[in-house]
Amino acid sequence: MAPILKLIAQRVALGLLLLFMVSVLIFIGTLILPGDVAQSILGQSATPEALANLRRDLGLNDPPVQRYFAWLGGVLQGDLGTALTSGQDIASVMWARLGNTLFLAFWAAAISVPLAIFLGLLAVRYRDRWPDKLISGVTLASISVPEFLIAYVLMFFIGVKLRWLNPTAIGFRPDADVFTKLEAIALPVAVLTLVVLAHMMRMTRAAILNVMQSAYIETAELKGLTLFSVIWRHAFPNSIAPVVNVVMLNLAYLVVGVVVIEVVFVYPGMGQYLVDHVSKRDVPVVQACGLVFAAVYIGLNLIADIVSIVSNPRLRHPK
Amino acid sequence: MNNHMDYLKQRVLAGLMSRREFIGRAGALGVSAAFANTMLSHAVHAAGPKKGGTIRMGFQGGSTTDSLDPALATNQVALMVIRMWGEGLTELGDDGSIRGKVAESFSSSPDARVWTFRVRQGLTFSNGQPVTAEDVVATIDRHAGEDTKSGALGIIRGIKSAKADGRDVIIELETPNADLPYLIGDYHLAIQPNGGKDAPDAAIGTGPYILKEVEMGVRFVAEKNPNYWGDLGHAQTLELLVINDNTARVAALQSGQVDMIDRVPPRTAGLVARAPNINVHKTSGPGHYVFIMHCDTAPFDNNDVRLALKYGINRQEMVDKILFGYGSVGNDTPINASYPMYSELPQREYDPEKAAFHMKKSGYDGPIVLRTSDNSFPGAPDASALFQQSCAGAGINLEVKREPNDGYWSEVWNKQPFCTSYWGGRPVQDQMYSTAYLSSADWNDTRFKSEQFDQLLIAARAELDQGKRKQMYADMGTILHNEGGLICPMFNDFIDASSDRLAGWVEGVNGFALMNSYAPLRMWVA
Repeated sequence: MAPILKLIAQRVALGLLLLFMVSVLIFIGTLILPGDVAQSILGQSATPEALANLRRDLGLNDPPVQRYFAWLGGVLQGDLGTALTSGQDIASVMWARLGNTLFLAFWAAAISVPLAIFLGLLAVRYRDRWPDKLISGVTLASISVPEFLIAYVLMFFIGVKLRWLNPTAIGFRPDADVFTKLEAIALPVAVLTLVVLAHMMRMTRAAILNVMQSAYIETAELKGLTLFSVIWRHAFPNSIAPVVNVVMLNLAYLVVGVVVIEVVFVYPGMGQYLVDHVSKRDVPVVQACGLVFAAVYIGLNLIADIVSIVSNPRLRHPK
Repeated sequence: MNNHMDYLKQRVLAGLMSRREFIGRAGALGVSAAFANTMLSHAVHAAGPKKGGTIRMGFQGGSTTDSLDPALATNQVALMVIRMWGEGLTELGDDGSIRGKVAESFSSSPDARVWTFRVRQGLTFSNGQPVTAEDVVATIDRHAGEDTKSGALGIIRGIKSAKADGRDVIIELETPNADLPYLIGDYHLAIQPNGGKDAPDAAIGTGPYILKEVEMGVRFVAEKNPNYWGDLGHAQTLELLVINDNTARVAALQSGQVDMIDRVPPRTAGLVARAPNINVHKTSGPGHYVFIMHCDTAPFDNNDVRLALKYGINRQEMVDKILFGYGSVGNDTPINASYPMYSELPQREYDPEKAAFHMKKSGYDGPIVLRTSDNSFPGAPDASALFQQSCAGAGINLEVKREPNDGYWSEVWNKQPFCTSYWGGRPVQDQMYSTAYLSSADWNDTRFKSEQFDQLLIAARAELDQGKRKQMYADMGTILHNEGGLICPMFNDFIDASSDRLAGWVEGVNGFALMNSYAPLRMWVA
């Protein structure tokens, strides 16, 4: 197992380097955007004196390089700083928001991943027949419609017309019991599932079909196994690597890409928090959120790599 | 039949009959559903406010970056939160008159330079501390301080000194101002213990509610203040949820997740109103959508170019197509009938011939660039396209340049010579004019500099004779109408909506949206 450990160490080190570069990019990005935090806070009421006062108070007059390293020094000591706009401690607010986003992502993943894989298997089982075409058609249609539109459509029919579920997630609050929370996120989870389903389902289907051409599948068929157990026992384990890759990409999307869904359903997650602060040019918060998002992305990709290595004997025992 | 209707109404009020059943029975008596609905809401109103229950609101405008410090409030949600826990010295009455709030009475010296506000007897803050004149002075002091970021700075700047004398607060002004009672009631100036100098964001004041839960940009919960002195606040609990997405806000109301929302999009207001359990409320106010030209930048430094553009806009078309009828035409001044001492000017109409005449007279024949963005006002790019079309009818070449939302207020507005924008309006004419049309104003976004206008503005402030003052404002309106850099095609109505779970909405309340933001405090759970 030593080569694996070495590989993991390498990947983690690379990930850290990437994180550092991401933070530099975000910092430069927020510098390029027009207007600064002082202007955003004061808005229409910005008089030159008030702007100067506020810039001095927020330390915006220091050169950018100095500000960046001051921030980096804090982060390395585990201090994410305070928001420039509201003066709140970033870490405490952000972790709560991240928890909410992960809660939503977890349930979306818990439903969409098994469902996508099952539908993929089913599509292979009935390849080129109507169930395959139906599954492909429906999932492709759902990925092609913009997610906010799916959200509005579900909101209107299920939330307002039929009244089965609450149209928005405003019932979600920290002190609510778990059933209330699940009820509140039911519609967002449904939308997210529809959005990520097609990608994962198609990849599962393609990967398994690829393996189905192999000689050992023919052997398995000749042994007299049913088609479904051939797929499940022989084809699927050999196509795990590409499937895991696409699953991880979609999981990352569920965490970092749900901004629109969070805003539409009024869900208090990271996305809304980030958007509010980008529009106010609140650099420390944007930096902190960016780092967390990048870490999630890198971490999930790392897991995908490790799983594909572990699942493939040729990679597990390189010559 | 009338007796029978009364009997039915009583049964609904007593909770023995549902609203739906009432409308059905009324229908059997030959009364239309709409009329039955109106009858019922009158009956509910007449029965008087009921105490208790929870009012849930979904409002637009809150952000996670907000603060509870009233000095920093900039949006509808922040204003509503202040209304819950705090009160100013004065408040606007439903008819636009001004009356005391924390101050029980007020008076001025004959020249309107020195004002005395008497603090109401026996008033306490929600932490139990009595309200003193010193607290009021400290509040004014804090908003006027050296490094203040207060939104009320423009109002406070004119105050030379404020001192406490027993229960009286004596305010001396730099220059006389007859409008001070209006201005001092500004929502930023909620009276706080020691002026909020110790804890600006403690949300302790004399208001009808006490904040219990605060999650910035997400939700606020407030409970009735048991020691509140006045008659506001019928519900036991107020829950305010920030719902910035238009569709989500409307859906939350339709499904009963919230009882009251603001800013119903004009495009869908008609559809929303069709639902039987929802009442859409339309209130005209001082807010307006504008096209602003810098009077000191070519080609807009030529008044003929400005007049050509003013004649080249079709105001009624904008009200119909951009506001969907929820508004009224403007007349190139920022003032309409919602202001005290308003006098009407002759309405300027779309006139392509006059527009072409003035354009020709100006000698300018190049293109005119108009900058716009979606967030400058809802539908601004569409309004710009309409403007372009109506100008083309007069042979004027208007080029519309679309700018990004992000950075519009820092890079385009008040920087570029011709762009779209909006104004929320102010409670009195003096304040609106002083904010944006006085030569020396910080926000003079049309770069309008007229000595005669400035003199009239200063003189009107000190004029206590209402008739003379009204004439002065009419003269100022005429100057702006003919020479200003402001093209004001429309005043937008406030469109709010509530479900029939709530009662007590009052039509036509002066001020801003949601019954001047008093709706949650004046309505009750029916």
